[in-house]
Amino acid sequence: MAARLQLGHLVAAFLAAGILGTLAAVAWFAGGLGGLTEWDWRAVRFTLWQAALSATLSALLAVPVARALARRRFRGRGLLVTLLGAPFILPVIVAIMGLIAIFGRNGALNEGLRALGLPEIGIYGWQGVILAHVFFNLPLSVRLILQGWQAIPAERFRLAASLGFAPRDIARHLERPMLREVLPGVWLAVFLVCLTSFTVALALGGGPRATTVELAIYQAFRFDFDLGRAATLGLVQIALCIGALLAARWIAVPAGFGAGMDTAHAPPAPAGWRRWADVVVITAAAAFLLLPLSAVIASGLPRIAQLPAEVWDAAWRSVIMAVISALLSMAACLALALTVARSGARWVETAGMAPLIASPLVLGTGLFILLRGIASPQQMALPVTVAINAAMALPFGLRALIPAARTLQADYGRLAASLDLRGWARLRHLTLPRLARPLGFAGGLAAALAMGDLGVITLFATDQPTLPLKLYQLMNSYRMADAAAASVLLMALSFALFWAFDRGGRLEPDP
Amino acid sequence: MSLTLESILIRQGEFALAADLTLPAGGRFAVIGASGSGKSTLLSLIGGFLAPEAGRVLWSGRDITALPPGQRPVSTLFQSHNLFPHLTVAQNVGMGLRADLRLDAAQKARVTASLAEVGLEGMEARRPAALSGGQQSRVALARVLLRDRDILLLDEPFSALGPALKSEMLALLARIAERTGATVLMVTHDPADARAFAPETLLVEAGRVHPPQPTAALLDNPPPGLRAYLG
Repeated sequence: MAARLQLGHLVAAFLAAGILGTLAAVAWFAGGLGGLTEWDWRAVRFTLWQAALSATLSALLAVPVARALARRRFRGRGLLVTLLGAPFILPVIVAIMGLIAIFGRNGALNEGLRALGLPEIGIYGWQGVILAHVFFNLPLSVRLILQGWQAIPAERFRLAASLGFAPRDIARHLERPMLREVLPGVWLAVFLVCLTSFTVALALGGGPRATTVELAIYQAFRFDFDLGRAATLGLVQIALCIGALLAARWIAVPAGFGAGMDTAHAPPAPAGWRRWADVVVITAAAAFLLLPLSAVIASGLPRIAQLPAEVWDAAWRSVIMAVISALLSMAACLALALTVARSGARWVETAGMAPLIASPLVLGTGLFILLRGIASPQQMALPVTVAINAAMALPFGLRALIPAARTLQADYGRLAASLDLRGWARLRHLTLPRLARPLGFAGGLAAALAMGDLGVITLFATDQPTLPLKLYQLMNSYRMADAAAASVLLMALSFALFWAFDRGGRLEPDP
Repeated sequence: MSLTLESILIRQGEFALAADLTLPAGGRFAVIGASGSGKSTLLSLIGGFLAPEAGRVLWSGRDITALPPGQRPVSTLFQSHNLFPHLTVAQNVGMGLRADLRLDAAQKARVTASLAEVGLEGMEARRPAALSGGQQSRVALARVLLRDRDILLLDEPFSALGPALKSEMLALLARIAERTGATVLMVTHDPADARAFAPETLLVEAGRVHPPQPTAALLDNPPPGLRAYLG
């Protein structure tokens, strides 16, 4: 049939024009690389180094945890595996509050070290950046590697048992080949995330030894008001992202969130010291994940009611922005996915993935350059934040929606066509009911990501802060009690938004 | 009235299929041929899911080659996925009248009547998953009955049913074809189905759709290609 112009083509064209136009504005404004100072080049080196180190640590530490989770069955295992997915929608700034509560100057760890007369450790600086990145990406890596373990067919393990394999034989013949296949993708997925890390560097890094390119853009923009240098740094950031994405074409990067997790079979569970090692590994990982958040909840929860009105204002503002962002993202996602499924147009899919090459701060800089004649930073702050958050969530939403839309088209496209089911009727009676689940999931991700995002809004001076920005301001003025309470509120709202959207998608009965 | 395939040529990569024939209206035809010979392709062409490289599809002299599937005088029963699983039986059947499901009282009564006709009274509110395979086929047939199109295409929709159920469905199908006066083309792997249902058969072989010939004679004395396929 003739390829008709569909809404998805328009959305894709708009998205491509918006992102490429913004990047073009950045490129137009950028001075030559000569305009970058020694300080800036340090930021480039630090960005690459910390991303590589974070990825290596996350991937290596995840292997024993994933192995222990794969071969042990215990009460609460399912819950723990589910919790491993939570950091994806956990606001970064909340996690940082948690890490400070445990690893900070007055945290539990340093209290202990002081009591023993040992030297304290600092959380500010490169080690804090790495720590926070591992906190976020270790769970992601564990989930990905666990999938790899569960992808080994049960028959293989049965064959190994019938041949009398010892654990080391199993490792050699079954597990290591799987890891060789899975680990490069895991490493690259974490590397990509850390490459555009902003909030962590903003809160824990800074200074000559712990500034990422994203943070350098922010500083050039905000403190030096040197748009040219900010734009040049933006170009460097784009180059880094494109380089990493090109590498991703050679290595399959697995999807990190939402894939089915549990199969019935468990690999053989060796007894003896390996059993105890697994217990220690699982306990340590769970503690590393849960203690920081528990500490924040313990100190913040009782104080939520006493939060000042300005925090509640910020919370309300953030919820509205997150919902608008999510709805925009869902609409764009749906239009793109349906067009990809119907016409198979590769460029439409590529346009949807385009936000991956542009970090939020680069887009924010570009939009500022484009819009500064029309609107003041104050006026721009909220709409630009909403738009960029909607765009940044697209790649994640599309990963869930495109396969579902393809299945829908393959299964029911012909029946719908033969009944002349088109337009709104098709949307209402076929598309929305069949795609409700992935669409609700995509909306939940977009809402939670937007709710917790502390990125592009920091570029603009505004007297209308979002909740994450308000929380950051509380931390900076050392109002830690309020900050802890605001953290709990922010975390609760992010999870609640995800739950509400995701649940909404599941109301539709699915026989 | 008649269905005409005029100098049709379809090409899909290496595969090619030619057809040039006229089928009188109201006839019942089996479509037989080896796997991959192009039986389903022929139905896709008439149903509007596939555009020919050359030639025209005509119904009673009207060129329908460029019409989208839903606007052709055609109903199709596919091999699977004939019902929307998230809609009720009544909604699935109602789509045969109006795709947007805005049915008035008279139309709703027709839905109920057509369900009774296929032996599914009282099942309006069920979803397909709550029905047996045979009942699901009946729902699809009730919709065919309501749509009342001139041409009915069947791409082995009953192949997953057991022999007894299948002959029951063929009998119901024959009754509906008679009621609507539709021209029926039925793809089948089973010579017995062809004999039971279709007086004439289209043989699809060697990239060509042959003109209709009497089913019994063809099956009693099949050409070598068909003989090898039937075994």
